[in-house]
Amino acid sequence: MTGDTPDKKWILRLYIAGITPAAERALTNIKTICALHLKDQYSLQVIDLLESPAFAEGDQIFAVPTLVRQLPKPLRKIIGDLSNTEKVVVGLDIRTGT
Amino acid sequence: MSFENKVPDPRPGIEKAPTGIAGLDDITHGGLPAGRPTLVCGGPGCGKTVLAMEFLVRGAQRFGEPGLFVSFDESPRGLVENFRSAGFDLDALIEAKRLKITHIDLSHGEVVETGDFTLEGLFIRLDYGIREIGARRVVLDSMETVFATLANTDSLRAEIGRLFHWLRDKGITAVVTAEKGAGELTRHGFEEYISDCVLVLDHRIDQQISKRRLRIVKYRGSLHGKDEYPFLIGEAGVSVLPLTSLLLDHQASGERVSTGVGGLDEMLAGQGYFRGTTILVSGKAGTGKSSLAAAFAAAACARKEHCLYFAFEESSAQLARNMRSLSIDLESWLKEGSLTLRATRPTFLGLEEHLAAMIQLIDTLKPACVVMDPVTNFLGAGDQPEIKAMFMRLIDYLKSRQITLLLVALTTIFGKPDETEEKISSLVDTWIALDMEMVGHARRRQIYIVKSRGMEHSQETRELVMSSDGLSLRGLPLGEPS
Repeated sequence: MTGDTPDKKWILRLYIAGITPAAERALTNIKTICALHLKDQYSLQVIDLLESPAFAEGDQIFAVPTLVRQLPKPLRKIIGDLSNTEKVVVGLDIRTGT
Repeated sequence: MSFENKVPDPRPGIEKAPTGIAGLDDITHGGLPAGRPTLVCGGPGCGKTVLAMEFLVRGAQRFGEPGLFVSFDESPRGLVENFRSAGFDLDALIEAKRLKITHIDLSHGEVVETGDFTLEGLFIRLDYGIREIGARRVVLDSMETVFATLANTDSLRAEIGRLFHWLRDKGITAVVTAEKGAGELTRHGFEEYISDCVLVLDHRIDQQISKRRLRIVKYRGSLHGKDEYPFLIGEAGVSVLPLTSLLLDHQASGERVSTGVGGLDEMLAGQGYFRGTTILVSGKAGTGKSSLAAAFAAAACARKEHCLYFAFEESSAQLARNMRSLSIDLESWLKEGSLTLRATRPTFLGLEEHLAAMIQLIDTLKPACVVMDPVTNFLGAGDQPEIKAMFMRLIDYLKSRQITLLLVALTTIFGKPDETEEKISSLVDTWIALDMEMVGHARRRQIYIVKSRGMEHSQETRELVMSSDGLSLRGLPLGEPS
């Protein structure tokens, strides 16, 4: 688990429930996307709800995997294994050059 | 109506979770299928949320079953406030850990979907909530919102199916609400997943009158009422009105109760009415109908029974004062608490609500005797046949509960027995008619018994004497025309 780093511009959380194939795909996909578009500007925290069920309430998680963009505001959620890179990039509102 | 008196399902095997909702346990023969999900569907504003919440509240209050309310729409605060105005103190139950409201806010943040997902987050939150209070009952309100939020319906359908299996495995009695679809029961076909029990609620406005209806579309393995039942959302929650009488096996009591007038008891084979029967007192204005009703009520109170008196045309004070002049002391019975007087004037527009309020009161007080004075409004609603049907079933309901009911009906001044009486006659066990006759320049009240089932009653016409000493009967001189 990577902790939140306050100096990063992008704070992301990936909620999973156990290491399922979809969870693994989601993690691989988001790491690839971040490495490509956000380089050192992000922090990614992975929360396994099987270990910390109480966390589901705060971010109103009902589906897994769910990627939550905590920062920049406003809060955004991407549900699913993040297999469609284009959708994730648009969903996170990552513009080239930022 | 009253779950304590629920009719046992003649087919054993299906365990029921009583809802505690007035009337619903009667038409379902004891409640919803225990340990299984029930689907409640209907259009917006049909009362799904109220019914679902009351199911949990009653479960927590009366049946020792804590409940988890999962709201996909409204916030817990909003729910608590809405239900407070409906007379439910959810905060107290939440404090006592008998109820928990979990808000799964699907509109939290902007949501995009890509690829497969599961609803494990929902399962985890449900499991968490269920464990926290030891919930035996769960409400999901409304599943529609889940479908409206997520586009991948294939993933979703598989997950919904898994959710219901999961709830069943845990032995949770669940109520799942869904929006009515065009031509289908629900917009997203939830009825495929929930085959045990399906209720449909409907709210329509007919001639500016709000009408709510409840229907049991299916109930696997159980008998259930098949009609479309009127129901109301009142001060004491949901009441499903009718008052079914699926079984016509009213107990027939041999016990007798006094009419409150010695001479009349004597005419009724010396002992008065049969307990648990329905009595009609009819007559023109001023013939002494209310006085006879009050004498009956006072006699019940004197036997230490509770009597509930519905006065539809007089105020309590007025009635008490009038009766005082006949030495019938209603005031002290009121003070003592054995008499409950409800004076309200039903309007034609609110008859359904009015009947519901009466039923709720009867259900709460559980009186031994009930007086309705007069019932003309309920039966005279010519363009509202449902009101008549409901009223008839109310009478039947009281009979099934062994409550002795005295009805007062006003007949027209033209003297001929009006259609009101004919309609009600078949339901009535004892029918006392009052009349007025001119004798010289004086008017004289007369009383006779039209019928009284199961007893050898007097066929005579007698004079009803009303004086400051009370009511009494006097034989008419022989040979005098009557």
